[in-house]
Amino acid sequence: MATAVISTVVVFTAIGLAVVNSPGWPSVREAFLNGEIFRASFPDIARAFVLNIKIFLVAEAVILVFALAIAVLRSLPGPVFFPIRAIAIIYTDVFRGVPTILVVTMLALGVPGLQLTGIPVSAVFWAAVGLILVYSAYVAEVYRAGIESVHPSQEAAARSLGLSRLQTLRYVIVPQAVRRVIPPLLNDFIGLQKDTALVAFAGPVEALRQAGIDEAANFNFTPYVCTAVLFLALTIPLTRTTDWLIARDRRRRAASGVA
Amino acid sequence: MTAAIAIEGVHKSFGSVEVLQGVDVEVQERNAVCLIGASGSGKSTLLRCVNLLEPVDSGRILVHGDEITARNVDANRVRRRIGIVFQAFNLFPHMSVLENVTLGPRKALKAPKREATDRATELLTRFGLADKRDEYPDRLSGGQQQRVAIVRALAMEPDIMLLDEVTSALDPELVGEVLGVIRDLAQSGMTMLIATHEMGFAREIADRVCFLDQGRILEQGPPERIFTDPVEVRTQEFLRRIIEAGRM
Repeated sequence: MATAVISTVVVFTAIGLAVVNSPGWPSVREAFLNGEIFRASFPDIARAFVLNIKIFLVAEAVILVFALAIAVLRSLPGPVFFPIRAIAIIYTDVFRGVPTILVVTMLALGVPGLQLTGIPVSAVFWAAVGLILVYSAYVAEVYRAGIESVHPSQEAAARSLGLSRLQTLRYVIVPQAVRRVIPPLLNDFIGLQKDTALVAFAGPVEALRQAGIDEAANFNFTPYVCTAVLFLALTIPLTRTTDWLIARDRRRRAASGVA
Repeated sequence: MTAAIAIEGVHKSFGSVEVLQGVDVEVQERNAVCLIGASGSGKSTLLRCVNLLEPVDSGRILVHGDEITARNVDANRVRRRIGIVFQAFNLFPHMSVLENVTLGPRKALKAPKREATDRATELLTRFGLADKRDEYPDRLSGGQQQRVAIVRALAMEPDIMLLDEVTSALDPELVGEVLGVIRDLAQSGMTMLIATHEMGFAREIADRVCFLDQGRILEQGPPERIFTDPVEVRTQEFLRRIIEAGRM
């Protein structure tokens, strides 16, 4: 413990000194860490950040359900379900393959541009749909890994009781799968929290875009640092929780003696 | 009289390995038939075929005269009448003992929760597990887990029980309690097809013993004859190895 403290202090002091004594430090400090601008822009950015949180919460709820449906469809066995499996595979391939920022901007700018009646025209709405589509592809793969990690003997036991395939999934396979993938699931949601900033590129004023506005007004980058601080305040608790859950999981497995 | 189970010329392959090469076995109502034979001789596969967990390649299986291997048979309906207990227990780890036992009756038989719970409690009490009702499987010993697995199968009120080497994964001191439960079932007249390595037990409770060798029934008959006076050389060899290993 003592060794850890000493070595941490030494390393961080060395890095700090190197930065502070660098030739460009005074101008960088002025451009990124201007206390006055920080205080002035913080309230606006914090207010805009509420939109990030809203998008995150709604998207997360939808993704949890939608991605599970995709994972279940993809794990349906037999030749009859091949077309359904194929659709699920194409979906996950496409949305994991296309950069998130492209999906978000194309949907948010493109769909309202169609001028169809009866569908929402809000850029926020379509940007959120973009995030949901992309993240569901990742989360579906996490769920699928969980489903496949449940031993086939569990399915045999359930089917031997006369449960249908669907009942077996619902009562036996999925509950075990979900428990196992909670840590990687939370990991994806940390990514989603950050990526709500991509909505900025479609126009809506969320934290990143507000920071851009403030930056342009002051010719100073401090508002971006301010945004970073807000994102960290949101993601670090979830990051710590995830690590704690993973560690607890490992301890439990060690204790019960099953690998 | 119609046999409870009639297995007729069943073949089953996994890839290029023919695990069952034309098996014929009959189990009469209220009888216990034991399948003996080396590991890999096809005992487990045969049981899984009877429960339709594996489709047969050819041949047929009749239960109370109805062909369950026919094309248009509802497998779920068949499985509700036939209980199976596995070597590795296969309890549902995320469910309490009570939930394990009531899942089948509630979801497959659509029994009301209250009724399923009462019935489960009654069975757990009968097999000395009443105080484990709310425990999770990982808190139970292997013997207790296997008894719960038997109760789980019995809760469906099956006509037939299939037991797949149910004591093979247990520590030696826990084997007795599970065999005790099976003895009870045999005495109560349950129709059973039992794959086992416990020769002494097979000799005690079986009405008939079948020696399975390389996917075929090589020899079958009353336990006394099979164990004391086997005709086939391979049966003699198998039994001699078992005796040398101190398992009989």
